Amino acid sequence: MAVEVRIPTILRQHTGGAKTVEGSGDTLSALIDDLESRHSGLRDRLVENGELRRFVNVYLNDEDVRFLDGLKTPLSDGDAVTVLPAVAGGS
Amino acid sequence: MRYDSLLDSLGRTPLVGLPKLAPSPDVRLWAKLEDRNPTGSVKDRPALRMIEAAEAAGELTPGCTILEPTSGNTGISLAMAARLKGYQLVCVMPENTSEERRQLLRMWGAQIVASPAEGGSNEAVRVAKQMASEHPDWVMLYQYGNPANAAAHYDTTGPELLDDLPEITHFVGGLGTTGTLMGVGRYLRAKVPGVQVVAAEPRYGELVYGLRNIDEGFIPELYDESVLTARFSVGPRDAVKRTRELLDAEGIFAGISTGAVLHAALGVARKVVAAGERADIAFIVADAGWKYLSTGAYEGTLDEAEEKLEGQLWA
Repeated sequence: MAVEVRIPTILRQHTGGAKTVEGSGDTLSALIDDLESRHSGLRDRLVENGELRRFVNVYLNDEDVRFLDGLKTPLSDGDAVTVLPAVAGGS
Repeated sequence: MRYDSLLDSLGRTPLVGLPKLAPSPDVRLWAKLEDRNPTGSVKDRPALRMIEAAEAAGELTPGCTILEPTSGNTGISLAMAARLKGYQLVCVMPENTSEERRQLLRMWGAQIVASPAEGGSNEAVRVAKQMASEHPDWVMLYQYGNPANAAAHYDTTGPELLDDLPEITHFVGGLGTTGTLMGVGRYLRAKVPGVQVVAAEPRYGELVYGLRNIDEGFIPELYDESVLTARFSVGPRDAVKRTRELLDAEGIFAGISTGAVLHAALGVARKVVAAGERADIAFIVADAGWKYLSTGAYEGTLDEAEEKLEGQLWA
């Protein structure tokens, strides 16, 4: 099962500079574990004490996973996951 | 309608139905036209309210200088009000914002301090905080953390929506300072059992997320996740596509951020239809398209528009 994951500039040191990587997993948590096996250090940048880090936003098909099931959000083949740092919006 | 002055004409904006874009007679869409405010955006509400709160607290006195980080609309609202009330205004504004916004600010007499494009509004906030510490006599209203921002929407935008649409099931707004969603969201949740409060967050180009490290991330102090029921990230292509659809189908000439909000509203509408339920979905038209004509979003192909918006703060 393949899921495309978009990585922000600030975390690409863990993906050899790659903007997008592929991973697999039934849940977001499993996906992050799978990514960690190939992109060492990524998990710690995303997760702290079993939760998404405060300034990390993760979107499943453009929906913020904090309003789905967080790290337990189920994934399906062909899903797109986007990771972005939280920044100030338009004002 | 007659008012004593321009400032008195704030609010009571029209809520218009979108019969062509609504997916079915049972799932209706409603646009609240916030461009019908004194300076043409929803930001007139929080800007005026923040000034009045600072006046009431004795922090703002005639001749004072107001400082604010802004990507445009709040600055424009503050500039107009400051002009009428006799304050100076200094706006810290990212350089990747449209020329029209800068011209409007200058017209109303504001001074603009440019912050670097890289980092977007994050940098504007950082620069403004730095300047505030160097000028302790200036008054930074700080829309990202000022309770008067959300209170303006709790006291006016929310009640107006409910008066005009008592059957409301969903509210969709853009997420920037979070003031609109927090204020309207809290009001509606207190009055309408089960109401859904949906955020549409503009997703910009990579430049805007160019932090040096993740701990420089920013969440507005006003933000309370528990007020929302869903949050969607919308990129420039979908935002432009929907902005054009709104104009083609319903005749409404809106700014690009409204396209992002409409995109989220239509996504919600689709799910309601699939579930076989009814809905009355209201969303905010934050401003009209005039200030964004130079961005190229309104002509040419979607590919061209998307390319031109790359790296721009389009909402």
